[in-house]
Amino acid sequence: MTRAAGVPSALGFAGAGRRAAMRPRALGLAALAGTLAAPSLAADIPPNERRSAYESMSAASKAMQDDDTANPGMLWVLDGEALWRRRDGERARACADCHGEAAQSMRGVAARYPAFDAKRAAAIDLEGRINLCRVEQQQGPALKPESKELLALSAYVARQSRGLPIESNDPRLQPTIEAGRALFERRQGQLNLACAHCHDEHWGQKLAGNAIPQGHPTGYPLYRLEWQGLGSLQRRLRNCMIGMRAESYAFDSPEFIALETYLMWRARGLSVESPAVRP
Amino acid sequence: MARSLIKVSPNPRRGEVIEIKTLISHEMETGFRHTSTGAAIPRDIITSFVATYNGEEIFAAQLFPAIAANPFITFYTIARESGVLEFRWTGDNGYAASEQVKITVE
Amino acid sequence: MGESTRVNDRAGAGWPSTRREVMKSAGALGLGSLLPPLSVRPAAAMPAGLKAAMAAVIGDAKLNIGRVKLEIPPLVENGNTVACAVAVESPMTETDYVKAIHIFNEKNPQPNVISINLGPRAGRAAIATRIRLSDSQTVTAVAQMSDGSFWSTSVDVLITLGACLEDPL
Repeated sequence: MTRAAGVPSALGFAGAGRRAAMRPRALGLAALAGTLAAPSLAADIPPNERRSAYESMSAASKAMQDDDTANPGMLWVLDGEALWRRRDGERARACADCHGEAAQSMRGVAARYPAFDAKRAAAIDLEGRINLCRVEQQQGPALKPESKELLALSAYVARQSRGLPIESNDPRLQPTIEAGRALFERRQGQLNLACAHCHDEHWGQKLAGNAIPQGHPTGYPLYRLEWQGLGSLQRRLRNCMIGMRAESYAFDSPEFIALETYLMWRARGLSVESPAVRP
Repeated sequence: MARSLIKVSPNPRRGEVIEIKTLISHEMETGFRHTSTGAAIPRDIITSFVATYNGEEIFAAQLFPAIAANPFITFYTIARESGVLEFRWTGDNGYAASEQVKITVE
Repeated sequence: MGESTRVNDRAGAGWPSTRREVMKSAGALGLGSLLPPLSVRPAAAMPAGLKAAMAAVIGDAKLNIGRVKLEIPPLVENGNTVACAVAVESPMTETDYVKAIHIFNEKNPQPNVISINLGPRAGRAAIATRIRLSDSQTVTAVAQMSDGSFWSTSVDVLITLGACLEDPL
């Protein structure tokens, strides 16, 4: 069954390509959990239907993201730039000492992270990579998850990829992507809900007045109005899981890395927006 | 990490009304929140923002907890002469920050 | 004010808030920023704190409706950060200018939002900022002119909240 004719899509999304037999206009999470079948493995959103949540934001929020003077995320980017140049750690080295100007050396990097780290034979996300450099090259202590410094550096690096398409074509990441997909499609928590139920099957529809996004991590780290601060993808995933009344994975757990890797693969082709603004 | 971002219309003509955008990093703790154990989190906000143009005050604002975190304020002034625009933020617990921007008026 | 005293630290806005659903979706979505100015609420309907805060500024002068344009999106995604712009019609000359702009709210724990001093050097009596609104409510802007007169307008704002709960980090 397709959506009823004449019901306007608030987001202008095409009606085709979405699953679920029933399309109530407004859904409560609990009601949703009870009526859904297991999501199919072939639930990928076709490339021409892939949309960033940017498109369904209010004009005011879009303006806040688009204006570098109005976007609070840029404050972290500025801090990150200062940290990039700061000599630190036992070796008194700055990122700039090895990597030069970030605008050149970091261009495209965030667009293809998480990446496969051959030495550790595992996927690693951007924050993990920054900390690897910190510990092994600068020989300083790792930066804590969601710390101002780690967010500033990841915001600065991610900013250098703004406008570039997200890429994910490393065959060595396939097992991680599949593991992430399995987590995305797994029912969990008190509501027995999977991420896919909202974000693959009901994106574009309303939940308590807000549109359900497809859930692409195009703008991380991002300034979330709810946080009144900058946060990473893992922080957002943690909030999602708690919102679903599921127990969240720990920061930097293999589960989160797998989810991040899958989500970036799922978002391939969309442009990096970091640092984005979201409600 | 006190950081601010200022944007002033570049190279204005004399007499032109120019837009000034300012953004400063500050959590603006309202004083109305409580910890999970019920203790009040004290207020910690920017209370005042003043802009001067070659020393003369052109804009002043008194801020209350209802101003969102990382206060963003846009206002206007007439580009009169070249010189320095100075912006000063002050607030609770002795908070003070300032930023200067040169302005070249044709 | 009749506001619930349940504190919701999760919202981060810093005061009690209630979850709201958007009742009228189709009309409210996608609207531009400006609604026709409403008359300032009759004094009897205003919360006491708001009345006192406005009286502190206006005294017993007459409050005229008009000349002030208050732009707030009528439907807001998150009350923590609401775009708010005020513009006042005025030639902004040495003898005829806007001396001050005050913004007030109806339901936050405190009625003041911001108070701004201007002068003829401003060239334009217009400001933009981002404010916090704890719940759907009326926002009022008051302009004080150099001739001592007061002008005002109000806007009703609907606040929605996200579906998924947050936890303090």
